[in-house]
Amino acid sequence: MRIQVHPILEFKKGKKISFTYDGITVEGYEGEPIAAALHAAGVRVLSHSRNFKRPRGFWCAIGNCSSCNMRVNGIPNVRTCVEPLQDGMTVETQQGRGVIGGVPGE
Amino acid sequence: MNKAEILVIGSGPAGLKASLSAADQGAGVTLVERDPFLGGQLVKQTHMFFGSKEQYASERGFKIAEKLTAAAEEHPGVRVLKGAAALGYYDDNVVTLELKGRVLPVSYDAMIMATGAQENTLMFPNCDLPGIYGAGAVQTLMNVYGVLPGKRVAMLGAGNIGVIVSYQLLQAGVEVPAIIEAAPEIGAYHVHASKVRRMGVPIYTSQTVVSAHGSDALEKIIMVELDDSWQPVPDTERELDVDVLCIAVGLTPLTEILFQAGCEIAYIPELGGHVPRRSAVMETSVANIYIAGDVSGIEEASAAMVEGTIAGLTAAFNLGYGRDSYEQKIAAANLELDALRKGPTGEKIRTGLQNLKKTGEVRQ
Repeated sequence: MRIQVHPILEFKKGKKISFTYDGITVEGYEGEPIAAALHAAGVRVLSHSRNFKRPRGFWCAIGNCSSCNMRVNGIPNVRTCVEPLQDGMTVETQQGRGVIGGVPGE
Repeated sequence: MNKAEILVIGSGPAGLKASLSAADQGAGVTLVERDPFLGGQLVKQTHMFFGSKEQYASERGFKIAEKLTAAAEEHPGVRVLKGAAALGYYDDNVVTLELKGRVLPVSYDAMIMATGAQENTLMFPNCDLPGIYGAGAVQTLMNVYGVLPGKRVAMLGAGNIGVIVSYQLLQAGVEVPAIIEAAPEIGAYHVHASKVRRMGVPIYTSQTVVSAHGSDALEKIIMVELDDSWQPVPDTERELDVDVLCIAVGLTPLTEILFQAGCEIAYIPELGGHVPRRSAVMETSVANIYIAGDVSGIEEASAAMVEGTIAGLTAAFNLGYGRDSYEQKIAAANLELDALRKGPTGEKIRTGLQNLKKTGEVRQ
């Protein structure tokens, strides 16, 4: 859900682009944080807690809390609340701690 | 090794003002910001500021960010590094930055930490459900990126952030069925609180949230009334259907690098928790490390700007710049701070600063 009209703000959006989220094609705007594009597309669960696998979403929006960490283009633990979205990105729900240089989907 | 005469970490209101005031005195400044843009949390603030002309009163926060950002980027004495996160402190005045996937060590003659703060969480069953977000985070999502957090949003906390963000949720077309405040009184400035009340949002004081419910994301919260000793009153629980709960229960200063650098730290609840001890002109117990803004104690952005000015002037002065005008400029800045901190709204910060001072003098 995006704001269509606002009494004070005008939103300077980047180019409309597409990326994949767990294999599904999703649209967003270039340069906005990945988590913002996912939220606009209705995705609220971004990760799961390590031990009890509880769903976790967006929390701090300043790249501090790790609640939004996902795999992006195969790189684990990307802070999606601050990482700018780019055309063709592969965004995946991360399992566990993630492996640097690991196999996609691992 | 990269060399910075004055290294400023963080480009919110404090860091921007620190950079500009030091560079105006003739010092060379390197301003480091982890976001891809300057301005810190000012960029999402659509409300108008109070204070005096010096702190841009009657201007909206994001407009102040635009002005200060342009001034810093155009200043010949300020080098700006965006997308660069400060990682850690090393001996001999070195800080490492992460820039485009690489580690970049930078040495400095003086450093001004203006790292700001992070939002506090609150513990209750299922407080980790997606849909429960920091109020400041929701403000960013909405006001910077134009994304709605949800359809029906409850606010926990009736301080300035809680009440201002509630108003901004209404502006964005979101329903706000409740602002919930555990204290018996509203903490926000009354001009903000009256505005949301006039728009039909109830503010429930002496109440809190005891649990959240939902399968994969938030669907409802349970509220309860609190007695005089902040204990739940039996049989007062009631349900509220919401898809988002914003948590606005205060901020904690981001002091990690200052701890690492060995700065003396004191625990002062009125300032938001652990804060570095500092002199009247914002120098910490470690020579040539200065602080400004929320990292030195949680306060309004207007005060952060003045503290930034003081830290920038002092860092430059101690490196030999602006010797003639220093005393006069500091005196003017102190008058601005006194004006901002007077009256009942400044009571908490005044108490906090007095308690910090009681821990002993820092330098001079």
